Amino acid sequence: MAVKVIIPTPLRVYAAKNDSADISAQTVGEALGKLTVQFGDLRRHLFTDDGKLRSFVNVYLNDEDIRYMAKEATPVKDGDVVSIVPSIAGGGAASLETARA
Amino acid sequence: MPGEFQLTLSQALAQRIRDHGAEAFPHECCGALLGRDSAFDSQPAEPWREVVELFRMVNRRDDSPRNRFAVTAEDVLQAEKAARQLSLDVVGWYHSHPDHPARPSQFDREHAWPWYSYIIVSVMGGAPREMTSWRLNDDRQDYAPERIEIQNGAGLDFKAGE
Repeated sequence: MAVKVIIPTPLRVYAAKNDSADISAQTVGEALGKLTVQFGDLRRHLFTDDGKLRSFVNVYLNDEDIRYMAKEATPVKDGDVVSIVPSIAGGGAASLETARA
Repeated sequence: MPGEFQLTLSQALAQRIRDHGAEAFPHECCGALLGRDSAFDSQPAEPWREVVELFRMVNRRDDSPRNRFAVTAEDVLQAEKAARQLSLDVVGWYHSHPDHPARPSQFDREHAWPWYSYIIVSVMGGAPREMTSWRLNDDRQDYAPERIEIQNGAGLDFKAGE
């Protein structure tokens, strides 16, 4: 199945500046795996060392978050769009006690 | 220094980030940096990044807003849409550190994306203080400081981002 994977702005420099890639895959997980084979530098930013999607990496199949589908095993069909969307987090003190110290 | 990161923004935008930090105190504020980057130039002479607008975000960390901030994927898409309407990109994010220095925390590093600029403004006792900017290194192990170049009207006023 041919799907289009949308690459988010901060990762485009690791994907030859492409904003998307056409990938042939049966599932969302396979599409992401093939994307990181094509662009090896993407891998560490999408997956942890043990191969799990990083928690702040969100993946949508068309407009649906794959967490509410079959996650990475979600099947894809021709013409589907897989979007990688960042979520952003951070913060100051490890605890409020540190902040007040 | 070759390879040093640099970010340009106007004095007015820098003030808006400080004001947002003071307004949100003692909670963390957050927002998107909308701008342009040489990465998407066909043949840039040298790397550059410019912030030309801000997009205020709601801190979604209701459970711990004094020392954490979070922007959901839906909010990120909204910021990207706002950027596109101005023919800009989201080039980074800003947030405040209430009663804490403007240095990235371990938590910041673990949750950071590469390429984005992360501006941090320290807000001590409600008053905005130091403002710094950082980028995650390619190996994800550390942040590199990014120089903030404050642009004042016609002239340029260099201000170290560290």
